[in-house]
Amino acid sequence: MALTEDRPSASAEIDIEERLHEAWAEPAGIAGFLTSVDHKRIGMRYIYTAFVFFFIGGIEALIMRTQLAGPNNHVLGPEQYDQLFTMHGITMIFLFNTPVLAGFGNYLLPLQLGTRDMAFPRLNAFSYWIFLLSGVFMYSSFLVGHAPDGGWFSYVPLTSRHFSPGVNLDFWGLGVMFVGISTTVGAVNFIVSAFKMRCPGMTVNRMPIFVWSMLAMAFMVIFAVPSVTLASALLESDRLFGTAFYSAAHGGSALLYQHLFWFWGHPEVYILFVPAMGMVSTIIPVFARRPLAGYLWVATSLIAIAFISFGVWVHHMFATGLPAMAMAFFAGVGLLIAVPSGVQFMSWIATMWRGRVRWTTPMLFCMGFAFIFLLGGITGVMVSVLPFDWQVHDSYFVVAHFHYVLNGAVVFPIFGALYYWLPKMTGRMLSERLGRLSFWTMAIGFNVSFFPMHILGFLGMPRRVYTYSSGLGWDGLNLLASIGGFLFGLGTALTLLNVVVSRFKGEPAGPNPWEADTLEWATTSPPPHYNFDRIPVVTSRHPLWDEPELAYAESGEVEATRAYGLTGALERQTPISTGLDAAPEQTMEIPRDTYLPLLVALGTAVIFLGLLAKAIAVGAVGVALAALALVRWAWRTEEDLR
Amino acid sequence: MTEPGARRARAALRLAGPAAGVVVLGACSRRAPSTLDPHGSAAARINGVWWLMLALAVAVFAVVGGLLLVGAFRRPRGEGDETAGGRDGPTDTTWILAGGVIIPTVILLVLAVDTVRTTRALRAAAHAGVEHVEVVGNDWWWEVRYPREGVLTANEVHIPLGRPIEIGLTTKDVIHSFWVPQLAGKLDTIPGQRNVLRFKATRTGTYRGECLQYCGLQHANMGFLVVVQSPADFATWAADNAQPPPTPSDPLVAEGEQVFTNQPCAGCHTIRGTSATGTRGPDLTHFGSRLAIGANAVPNTAANLGAWVSNSQDVKPGNLMPPIPLSGEELRAVVAYLEGQR
Amino acid sequence: MTAATSSAAVTTGAEPGVPGAPPGAGVRLQPAQRSARGHPTAWWGMVILILTEATLFGGLLSSYFFIRAINHTWPLGGIRAPDLHRISIFTGVLLGSSIPIFWAEAAIKRGNLRRLRVGLAVSWLMGAAFFVNQVLEYRSLGFGPRTNAYGSLFYAITGLHGAHVVIGLLISLVVQLKAGLGRLSAERHLTAQVFGLYWHFVDGVWVFVFASLYLSTHLH
Repeated sequence: MALTEDRPSASAEIDIEERLHEAWAEPAGIAGFLTSVDHKRIGMRYIYTAFVFFFIGGIEALIMRTQLAGPNNHVLGPEQYDQLFTMHGITMIFLFNTPVLAGFGNYLLPLQLGTRDMAFPRLNAFSYWIFLLSGVFMYSSFLVGHAPDGGWFSYVPLTSRHFSPGVNLDFWGLGVMFVGISTTVGAVNFIVSAFKMRCPGMTVNRMPIFVWSMLAMAFMVIFAVPSVTLASALLESDRLFGTAFYSAAHGGSALLYQHLFWFWGHPEVYILFVPAMGMVSTIIPVFARRPLAGYLWVATSLIAIAFISFGVWVHHMFATGLPAMAMAFFAGVGLLIAVPSGVQFMSWIATMWRGRVRWTTPMLFCMGFAFIFLLGGITGVMVSVLPFDWQVHDSYFVVAHFHYVLNGAVVFPIFGALYYWLPKMTGRMLSERLGRLSFWTMAIGFNVSFFPMHILGFLGMPRRVYTYSSGLGWDGLNLLASIGGFLFGLGTALTLLNVVVSRFKGEPAGPNPWEADTLEWATTSPPPHYNFDRIPVVTSRHPLWDEPELAYAESGEVEATRAYGLTGALERQTPISTGLDAAPEQTMEIPRDTYLPLLVALGTAVIFLGLLAKAIAVGAVGVALAALALVRWAWRTEEDLR
Repeated sequence: MTEPGARRARAALRLAGPAAGVVVLGACSRRAPSTLDPHGSAAARINGVWWLMLALAVAVFAVVGGLLLVGAFRRPRGEGDETAGGRDGPTDTTWILAGGVIIPTVILLVLAVDTVRTTRALRAAAHAGVEHVEVVGNDWWWEVRYPREGVLTANEVHIPLGRPIEIGLTTKDVIHSFWVPQLAGKLDTIPGQRNVLRFKATRTGTYRGECLQYCGLQHANMGFLVVVQSPADFATWAADNAQPPPTPSDPLVAEGEQVFTNQPCAGCHTIRGTSATGTRGPDLTHFGSRLAIGANAVPNTAANLGAWVSNSQDVKPGNLMPPIPLSGEELRAVVAYLEGQR
Repeated sequence: MTAATSSAAVTTGAEPGVPGAPPGAGVRLQPAQRSARGHPTAWWGMVILILTEATLFGGLLSSYFFIRAINHTWPLGGIRAPDLHRISIFTGVLLGSSIPIFWAEAAIKRGNLRRLRVGLAVSWLMGAAFFVNQVLEYRSLGFGPRTNAYGSLFYAITGLHGAHVVIGLLISLVVQLKAGLGRLSAERHLTAQVFGLYWHFVDGVWVFVFASLYLSTHLH
């Protein structure tokens, strides 16, 4: 915190500290846990919860790899295997990758924007509770022995009531709608916060590149998630109410399901990939010690990817017999999307080229990411070549491809981000030695596991098979893939160990251990509840590099400028700005801790339980609870906004 | 690229390919249904596309990977503190434009052109001498019908060498996918529509096929075989299979027929010329001449057939055929009967 | 973004890399001029939510046209194309219910709470009338959502819209209650603004639903 001419006296300073503490204090213990609307607590919660799901999904994978380590194995029967591969996909996409990135976004956006919380703090809490409850909802399927088993994309008619009469697929269909609420609502928060809560001087082209990536991601969510909501809602309608959307015998279409699902499904992988690229574009410049090369190119590429990603979904349907020339169009667009990714790649190379790289663990993960993404991107271009896809679609080649991009090119940046930002979150550094060990184990294990799968695809091995015959040349490669998988898992466990141990024994981080440039490093580690006692004023893209001591805004008498300085921090307020150049517009009261988001989320969960159990009374209770809590939530709106 | 030029390039790559393939793939079993070992026109064409892409991929990976490494380890001399300023130099823009936009676009254009040309070639319909086969996907087996020859069989597709083949693909239940890696790309069976796969086989032999769309419990064991025969052999096979089987003379075989038609077998299976007319399961006429049992789950031997009939759930758990409790005598008779159906 | 168009006269330079304020100093800010002021965050939140809901309806209508395109006859199964007479009238009623909302919003901006309440109430009655007609229409249709894909789509689309109408009516009651209790004023009527936005959206979607499900089936 910078000094000004009017520095208060020592006793006045203590008084300010006390008043700040009082203004921002949350209840202790479980009450505070259940009612907090602090974006940092919510963000960290997202990350921890998502990592729990990551390890569960990882264990599911390792069990499958044990079954597949040899031909004709009897570790698992087909029923169990089918549930495992379905839940593995669901977990990794819906319950790990998507929320963990939202968690980092939640934690970092207000800090990087130089403000005190997100635009809708209670909505933020709500979106976390929905995520948690939807994950519990879907995993409770294991408790009743009926986990979804239709594959993570659950094609009809296999998943129709006729062919999947059990409740398994209802956990899927309802669960997908359930978790979609969290993603959508989170996206609303990201967009409005990025536009309305930037600090003075942070014009749109001075926003951190990570914010750009979260913005692009959020817009993709807004336009893509309704499609999967529809896909699963219509499926559930067919299953629970006997409608005929997907029934060919009644004029419906199984392909309609695929179109609806993949219209979301393809943007979804970019919803995951774009924030990961934003993280890499943040971390590499810090450790190369020079600004990101071609910031405008990179920002434009992120937006270009967001747009183009909506035009390629049919490549998931290349083998369904659609008209060839229509498919060729989608193949072309799929090739096109490699260009903005290539631009970002060159940017990273150029950034490092004239920089001097420091090899910290986050930087290692970024380099690992780069090579893995290079390969995954290349195979992505390959499968976009329509005739080639006709050979490798649904084979292990595609399994290899999407693990390279969704595991390697998303998970490696996430681990890098963990090593980079956890010190800010907890105030303690992670062990570099353990970090390096973890990285190399993960990198080697990853490639040993997934590279052979490309070859398995060429050798004709289908995906989603619980076993295979010997004598096809698949045995050795499968064994290798299984060994690699365990090695990769070990590598991730080393990071878990690192996180746990460093919590107690890690070196204190200080405000800016990496000598980074963005605003989150201008405050303490961990930051106080209010982030900044006075809102920083920026004059460049790299505030901490370009200004040895950051300028700060003072509170003015006018309503719109009250929240900028100490007054705002003392009264639990944060400024709202307007326009591309962040002019002061009004002041927002940050809501106090409240049970309402949790109550609305619980009501929503009860609604879904009612649908699952086909019990109208239960659903009605859920509706009532959610509605009442919502009314209470909105009741004081006018008083809250000044 | 001109057509002859492209062909020469592909031929060159094809020569380099197998050499690299042996190195890369190591000990690759001859029985692996490998896309890199094409015995059909479509698979061969796609294989050509693959080698082109591999060459480009290796080049891109080497160059970009090299740049990454050089960039990462490079220590620029005497440029002072890079963290100040933040302006892009002209080199940055050049890198990004050249390496990120121009070169990728060129490579992608090459691939785009190849995509369109190959797609059109593969989808082109022949007009003369086409052999039509209708294949229907079922959980978890394949019905195979020859409308012109009047043959109905299952899990085995015989085709004549060199003639254009058209396989009409439909499904009785869920989405399956018909794939013979060595002959052609795959094509799904979608409820309510008929898809057509076109290719030519270029070498005789028996090729392994798989179901490539997850279709439930026994998706892993929904294989089939494609037998490519000389046109003469194919004609013989078709004629033989179109005939109903002769009445059995051997007493064990005759008893087997009795067992078959009186037991639950007839409720699901058809054998032409008998009273067994069930259609829930595969047609078993001429079963003895087939190479495998249970959609290529196990080879067709008497022992395997006995095990399958008495409890197919042990071989293929979850498949739709229940265990059939037969006495030892009945089982031997039925096996003899079915194996005798050549 | 030149300094001229920026209405935030931050006393620092607006050019990147040009430090304007002395390091570490406190900076006094100028608020955005009234003319440049934007909408409140909740308003923008509703806009984004509307974008996603609109996409949901867009997906359903696309599904409708997709299913229509793959079938030879439409509607399916001998169902007659929907009758236009009553629905056209009530389309007018629903779209018309936006007018009292505009009037009410203008009124509350000037602090007129009574007019706000009247406008909301009139609009509510019109919306309720539309919904009642929809329920009556369902009863007279002669096919259900399970009859075939056409029926499923017809009920899903009109039903989803109807659900949005019902939710709108409920929100309207809450806003009317707040207005009645004097909790809204000229400066602060965010719930009314946000509701108005939502209601206009509901009306706007109906235009597309009406055109797709009712009008276009009579085109050939």
